[in-house]
Amino acid sequence: MAGAGEKNVQVADGTRSPAASSADARSVRGEDCPSAGASRPVGGGTGIPALEARDLTLSWDGEHVVVQGVDVTVEPGEVCCLVGRSGCGKTTILHALAGLTMPMSGRVLLHGEDVTGRPGRVSYMLQKDLLLPSHRIIDNVCLPLVLAGMKKAEAREKAAPLFERFGLAGCELKWPSELSGGMRQRAAFLRTYLMGADVTLLDEPFSALDALTRVDVRRWFVDVVAELGLSALVITHDVDEAVSMASRIYVLAGAPAAGEPSHVAGIVPVNRVASESFELTDEYLAAKRRVMALLG
Amino acid sequence: MAVRTEPTRARRILTPLVTILALLAIWQAVVSVGLVPNFLLPTPVQVVQALVEDAALLASHCVATLAEAAAGLAVGVALGFVFAVLMDRFEGFYLAFEPLMTISQTIPTVAIAPLLVLWLGYGALPKIVLVIISTFFPITVSLASGFRSVDPDVVDLMRTMNASRWQIFWYAKLPAATEQFFSGLKISATYAIVGAVIAEWLGGNEGLGVYMTRVRKSFSYDRMFAAIIVISALSLALMKLVELAQCACMPWKRAERNNNDR
Repeated sequence: MAGAGEKNVQVADGTRSPAASSADARSVRGEDCPSAGASRPVGGGTGIPALEARDLTLSWDGEHVVVQGVDVTVEPGEVCCLVGRSGCGKTTILHALAGLTMPMSGRVLLHGEDVTGRPGRVSYMLQKDLLLPSHRIIDNVCLPLVLAGMKKAEAREKAAPLFERFGLAGCELKWPSELSGGMRQRAAFLRTYLMGADVTLLDEPFSALDALTRVDVRRWFVDVVAELGLSALVITHDVDEAVSMASRIYVLAGAPAAGEPSHVAGIVPVNRVASESFELTDEYLAAKRRVMALLG
Repeated sequence: MAVRTEPTRARRILTPLVTILALLAIWQAVVSVGLVPNFLLPTPVQVVQALVEDAALLASHCVATLAEAAAGLAVGVALGFVFAVLMDRFEGFYLAFEPLMTISQTIPTVAIAPLLVLWLGYGALPKIVLVIISTFFPITVSLASGFRSVDPDVVDLMRTMNASRWQIFWYAKLPAATEQFFSGLKISATYAIVGAVIAEWLGGNEGLGVYMTRVRKSFSYDRMFAAIIVISALSLALMKLVELAQCACMPWKRAERNNNDR
């Protein structure tokens, strides 16, 4: 099954077909992963975006506008990135998309349903893995299931078969402090997956890892997202992280601290050619150059 | 080879042991030679003799003191827990009581102990109340700051998982507070013994404090030192007990320590 998933990522024309990828993912889930938590709405083929932010205007304090009129669309099965400099309001956007804060204006739609200001509908992952040091890895990844009312033993049973796929086999009963940074992020992502939402928000997920681990984990992440039929929006200041993971990049520009709210300065499509070292191709560099130009 | 290594276990135990033995030897010599008259300062050998002679009596007083300390500590911990949770849950409660707790800590226990004896009599109650007063504060403060030490991002993450307030408390805040709770408990355990002895000293029928006032009046300072040794031993034993409880309650700490040792 893993082979089918990988094939799916390396579609050569760059525009990964959302419908195809979702359908494929459904079959993957159906046969190979009956244990994957709650049922996931799959929007593939219906033309409705997985996640949509419409005209989002956000503020830290209700007065000073940080982000003005941002539109973001993530198609089912797609990995998009939102790139901006530090302090441009990226995390503010993430909180609004996760439903943790109410926007001043604008709406957040999940598969067409208005989820503005309602937490718990999309899953969410940060640079910090936020694993609870007091719980074993298996209980950490089971947390969303247990919080939803599942018995601990039952949750463990559901999560256990996924450890292999997430590269965590043998780590079930370890404590978070016994794992390396890359492994901890894998565990954090498995926990995110078990939140049961098919749309994942990631805030600079892998930038705290060392350079080589980072490249591996990014590639692994893109593969797993495709394999499981998820959609993801990665928020980062790291242009390389964006270009190496996304099929489309939203570039955020502005300086909210200087009274100039951030807005989407442009959208850069990434032509994801199949290559062992995508990071060295002309396509990669072309996309990187365009993003950097838009960032100014 | 300028490699810095941790001192071995044997060295960590032997070095202070040698220091203590040396000090005891000096003490013994100072009195034996006659630099300090023996009626003012008993020798270590005399103290040990007194300890052995009075062992049965000391043990019965010991039981009384321990019972008071344990009862007071249990109530102090329970009260401290309730207060810390309320302070964490309600901002207003925190603002209202935080300064009061600091002020309460500046009141010397020796000053209120006679009042407590006056109000509550010569029984165990004033002792237990004094222990509660002196243990409540370190527990409350360590727990409250432990609850606050939880990463706000963890709380946000759990909110996105639709966690209830109680779940956030149980899975994130309580474990985050265990470390600080146990350091507070260690301090409280020693305060509990000392508090009980002080209250007994000021009036009562049994307990190590009562024993000490009696032997002081009969000028048997060797017995006085024997009581001091027992009190120290009790405090150390309680601290060790807290440490064992901490190990049992925080299995993940063991893993972290192993990592650091590697």
